[in-house]
Amino acid sequence: MNNWKAVCRLADIPPQGARVLKRAGQVDIAVFRTIDDQAFALLDRCPHKGGPLSQGIVSGHRVACPLHNWHIDLATGQACAPDEGCSGHIPLTLQDGTVYLALD
Amino acid sequence: MNKPKLVMVGNGMAGVRTLEALLALAPDAYDITVFGAEPHANYNRIMLSPVLAGEQTLPDIMLNEESWYAAHGITLHLGQPVVALDRGRRLVHTADGRSVPYDRLLLATGSSPFILPVPGNDLPGVVTFRDIADVQTMIDAAASHRHAVVIGGGLLGLEAANGLLARGMQVTVVHLGEWLLERQLDRTAANLLQQSLAAKGLRFLLQKQTAALVAGPDGRVAGVQFKDGESVPAQLVVMAVGIRPNDALAQASGLHCNRGVVVNDHLQTFDPRVYAVGECVSHRGVSYGLVAPLFDMAKVAANHLASLGIARYVPAATSTKLKVTGMDVFSAGDFMGGDGCEDITLSDPMAGIYKRLVIKDDKLVGACLFGDTADGAWYFRLIREQQPVHAIRDQLMLGEGAVGDTGHQGQNRAAGLPDEAEVCGCNGVCKGTIVKAIQEKGLFTVDDIKKHTKAASSCGSCSGLVEQILISCVGGAADVKPKSEKPVCGCSDMTHGQLRAAIREQHLTSLADTFRVLGWRSPDGCASCRPAVNYYLISTWPGEATDDPQARFINERVHANIQKDGTYSVIPRMWGGVTNPAELRRIADVADKYAIPMVKVTGGQRIDLLGVKKEDLPAVWRELDMPSGHAYGKSLRTVKTCVGSEFCRFGTQDSTQMGIDLEKDLFGMWSPAKVKLAVSGCPRNCAESGIKDVGIIGVDSGWELYIGGNGGIKTEVAAFFCKVKTHDEVMQYSGAFLQLYREEAFYLERTVHFLQRVGMDYIKQRVLDDAVGRRELYARLKFALSFEQDPWAERYAGGVAQHEFAPLTV
Ligand code: SRM
Ligand SMILES: Cc1cc2nc3c(=O)[nH]c(=O)nc-3n(C[C@H](O)[C@H](O)[C@H](O)COP(=O)(O)OP(=O)(O)OC[C@H]3O[C@@H](n4cnc5c(N)ncnc54)[C@H](O)[C@@H]3O)c2cc1C
Ligand code: SF4
Ligand code: FES
Repeated sequence: MNNWKAVCRLADIPPQGARVLKRAGQVDIAVFRTIDDQAFALLDRCPHKGGPLSQGIVSGHRVACPLHNWHIDLATGQACAPDEGCSGHIPLTLQDGTVYLALD
Repeated sequence: MNKPKLVMVGNGMAGVRTLEALLALAPDAYDITVFGAEPHANYNRIMLSPVLAGEQTLPDIMLNEESWYAAHGITLHLGQPVVALDRGRRLVHTADGRSVPYDRLLLATGSSPFILPVPGNDLPGVVTFRDIADVQTMIDAAASHRHAVVIGGGLLGLEAANGLLARGMQVTVVHLGEWLLERQLDRTAANLLQQSLAAKGLRFLLQKQTAALVAGPDGRVAGVQFKDGESVPAQLVVMAVGIRPNDALAQASGLHCNRGVVVNDHLQTFDPRVYAVGECVSHRGVSYGLVAPLFDMAKVAANHLASLGIARYVPAATSTKLKVTGMDVFSAGDFMGGDGCEDITLSDPMAGIYKRLVIKDDKLVGACLFGDTADGAWYFRLIREQQPVHAIRDQLMLGEGAVGDTGHQGQNRAAGLPDEAEVCGCNGVCKGTIVKAIQEKGLFTVDDIKKHTKAASSCGSCSGLVEQILISCVGGAADVKPKSEKPVCGCSDMTHGQLRAAIREQHLTSLADTFRVLGWRSPDGCASCRPAVNYYLISTWPGEATDDPQARFINERVHANIQKDGTYSVIPRMWGGVTNPAELRRIADVADKYAIPMVKVTGGQRIDLLGVKKEDLPAVWRELDMPSGHAYGKSLRTVKTCVGSEFCRFGTQDSTQMGIDLEKDLFGMWSPAKVKLAVSGCPRNCAESGIKDVGIIGVDSGWELYIGGNGGIKTEVAAFFCKVKTHDEVMQYSGAFLQLYREEAFYLERTVHFLQRVGMDYIKQRVLDDAVGRRELYARLKFALSFEQDPWAERYAGGVAQHEFAPLTV
């Protein structure tokens, strides 16, 4: 557990919702919670035109970007077909209800 | 690994579409084996016509390559006709002696072309027009022979003739009837068509009955002889005189057939283990020869094979189109007319245009168009929606585009557009790109085109053009259903209407229950259906259903409008467009304090603060101390007003106060789509009441109400609704109409589209004729609104959803 950082409790994120992690000088991170209580983290930047994915609608293991409705797979950060592109995916682990991200 | 075995016989368009739908619903339900008589994987049969004409090639028209079957674990046997079914032992027997067991059997054997019972019909050089082999034979013949005869002047025959002509043959079309396409056109239109085709070089022999095909010295066909003794030379004869459902296999196995394999509404045959789809089927005595109904069947059969059992096949009107480049023929519904029908026709032979609309009981039941088919999709929708047309009767002939769409150079005719013309102004998609995607990806719906090209996926104003392009490419196979017939999204097969009804009838009050009870395929829906279901719940069960913020688009979740850079805009309410120095001062102070980059007067008579950081929103709202303007919501937006009788020298009524009162009365109203009102003090109409969802115009003796106007993507002038005398009547009639809209419109359907779908008569009957009903509608609106409060005050005071506004940090 060298570079794992605790960022919040799972309970701090509403189910089917997200929180934004602000980082000075770096792209924000969107931390998602899905209906089945899994958590995922992506760069908060849509591969299309940079839309804030944290503000999108989360359903299943996908988020719909709020700007032009691209669908992004939460587990991989890949845009769903037929769109193409990837929003950086950040390793995440959930332990005893706490969300840890692998940040450098 | 003991999955039930599904065997499919016939590897054509309907069958494979069923498999695709089944795999989407239940990917692991079956071990699937497919037998196809043809040596090819699944291809787009309707595109054989452009292939014959040399406009496309075989690789272009493949829909599912062999790799697709492999990727889905389907065992595929090509070039392997099934020759017998043993239903007792549940086995299929193939031509090469194989026997394969099944638990479920899907028959999708299509149909066979009818062959005229005349001498010589089996000579070399005599073909039908059905599959790749036929097309190859024709292409080869065109390379080495001169004369072709096509027997049959229907859609298929004319497409064959056109193709052979394009390949350099001299082509004669022989037809038994008095005119071409007699099932689609009347004599006038057919004559126009015949003239245009003759000008391209085709020859025609009408009212000719074929007696025999005669062989030449080489044994190949050399000519066609007619009953009247005449004859014409032909080294290629194409028979296109109709098709017969391919039910021989089923019949031999003892299944009930009657000119097709007889199925029930679930596409099940008389043997419950055996399903059938496609042209081989006879459903309620009807067989189909167009792909749109077959695709509907595919969905239903897949639903039952997946053991969901909630779908039913309901036949709908179909449309056809001749796919000959530069030749526009379109027909839909019952274009023949007959008893009790009226015809409206427009005939302009010089311009080569002919239109015939068939009306029965005040409804459009059929349309036949030649020369100008741009409005085909619109007529087709009207036919399927079956609403009264008397109100639009005088415009019917002029077409839907009588008032132009904006954003693509005012174009509303796809036919004449060059490939490089921009069709979608939002996403910069050209016509050529759309045509290419339709052809290469095998697309049949506007939704598919949206996904693959992005055209029509933003503001949607070009959907009509895209629809036309789709129809010009794939003809009657284009799936151009009205919204009332389309499923809400991929999560379910329910239409918006069915969903609304189910929520009411089954008293559903939460999203989770709705998804569970109505058999949604995903546990929590998707970004399309969740907001719709949430709206239906709260509008049907106010006070009972809880509004789910996670089912709301971001704007409605945080009550501000997201901008391209992720900041937000804030538009406070200015009742009726009226403000005062104190409010303006607060706006100025807030703009300074939060360094808001832009302050703009909106088109809706109020002030927009643009570029607010999300975390500043609660503070901005508190310090503005003005209610939310809901400029972000599917909700009441603005009520525009003019100065009115208080100041204006022409004013007959106090329109400003009326606007303020209406806006306060309707404050907080969620609706299927946004709702805008305007009140003008006299017919000069300075508040532009004529393009609002509800527009009110003061006149000396009272108020005129107009409904269903829209100033946006497609300008629609509001229709006169009624005239009332008093202030309270304006409130009640406007409110009752809006409540009817709230209760019955589909999500994202604006009042104009609702009005077009249900018809003005219906709205008048509910709101004007039924006084009790009107008061109840208005009371239900007031009840629903009693649960709403200012969302901004609620958030800055109660600290609602802090997680929305406070970022995490490490
Ligand atoms: C702010 C404003 C433009 C302005 O600076 O004046 C505006 C801004 C937007 N309009 Fe508008 N519309 C504005 C008045 C209008 C008007 C004029 C009016 O209301 O009198 C119209 C035509 C009237 C009508 O709606 O019939 C108008 C027709 C549209 C449409 C087309 C709607 C349609 O059904 O045809 C859209 C797209 C949509 O809603 O899907 C739209 C969508 C938008 C959105 C919300 C786009 C979006 O989804 O993000 C814009 C938000 C910009 C932003 O980032 O904040 N806006 N928009 C106006 C706000 C008025 C207000 O005070 O609330
Ligand atoms: C040239 C042409 C143009 C057309 N244009 C249009 C158009 O513009 N619009 C439109 O809507 N429709 C059009 N159609 C009709 C449309 O193509 C058909 O309605 C559709 O393909 C029927 O689908 P199906 O699956 O029922 O049959 P098919 O696609 O014919 O598939 C049936 C398959 O089953 C195979 N088969 C049959 N018996 C057996 C057996 N015993 N064992 C194994 N395999 C077997 C056949 O070889 C065939 O491959 C056109 C058709 C043609 C030929
Ligand atoms: S404000 Fe309206 S017209 Fe202007 S760019 Fe945005 S959506 Fe288009
Ligand atoms: S920025 Fe995400 S879809 Fe356009």
